[in-house]
Amino acid sequence: MLTCQELTELVTDYLEGRLSLWDRVRFRLHVGMCRHCRAFLHDRKLAIETLGKLPADPIPPVVRDELLEKFRGWKR
Amino acid sequence: MDRSDDIRGATPRNPPAKVGVHRATGGADSATPEDAALIERLLAGDEAAFAGLIDGFHGRLVRLARTFVKDQATAEEVVQDTWVGVLDGLRGFEGRSAIKTWIFRILVNRAKTRGVREARSVPFSGLPGLDDVGEPAVDPSRFGSDGMWADPPRRWEDDTPETLLLREEARGRLEQAVEDLPARQRAVLVLRDIEGVSADEVCNILEIADTNQRVLLHRARSALHRALDRCLEEE
Ligand SMILES: [Zn+2]
Repeated sequence: MLTCQELTELVTDYLEGRLSLWDRVRFRLHVGMCRHCRAFLHDRKLAIETLGKLPADPIPPVVRDELLEKFRGWKR
Repeated sequence: MDRSDDIRGATPRNPPAKVGVHRATGGADSATPEDAALIERLLAGDEAAFAGLIDGFHGRLVRLARTFVKDQATAEEVVQDTWVGVLDGLRGFEGRSAIKTWIFRILVNRAKTRGVREARSVPFSGLPGLDDVGEPAVDPSRFGSDGMWADPPRRWEDDTPETLLLREEARGRLEQAVEDLPARQRAVLVLRDIEGVSADEVCNILEIADTNQRVLLHRARSALHRALDRCLEEE
């Protein structure tokens, strides 16, 4: 059986859908039986989803005006 | 378990990409009908369409540019360059990739060129560097000698991405942890997880091999996970 420590190193390949069929089965078997690794997987997914929602800074108004000016120039 | 394990849903079981071969076309990131409509409006000189584009992308481009250059001012310049590149290329845009991917690619090329010319860049090659190898995903002291959890993770039961980001402390830590990543890991993480670019396209944009991409992503995600863990632990 996979150890918990091994699982934490395979988690990215698992989530990226890049484990071999056999490793995928071993991974799921372990997660099915180990609540700590279920927690780990849950937390990892939450961390990734959170990254996907990190807002970026808004465009500075001066830069925005300059770029719109460039666009007008480009149009012609 | 079900498909929800594949976080993005878009890239489960990609066929193994051939190392060193960068596919130029197709895949999950090709242009959408919305992209086509936007291009049409831009080509017609629709200023509101361009305003929407820069409002939506500028800050994200600066964030990505920061990965390649050492200061904020240079990042801003690189992004300005990128917008010029976008306008220059617009009439030749063929829709083989999503607009997003296309713009990111322009940015990365400009950022690398500028970095090299001004020697202000973070050295960026396709191979993981010394910073990128060796570190375990989880502190080994948290496991027993049998490899099972001795200090098990606490399940972040009550949190959602939204509640986490509303907490300034957590959000600040997360942003700091991204900034602290070695350059290659940071670039991969920003593209793959923050921007949701497909793994194939990340390889393509950064000109790195698929396996390296995943090693870098794994290190980066693990570092972010640890940072968030520490932060939530302290509460
Ligand atoms: Zn376990």
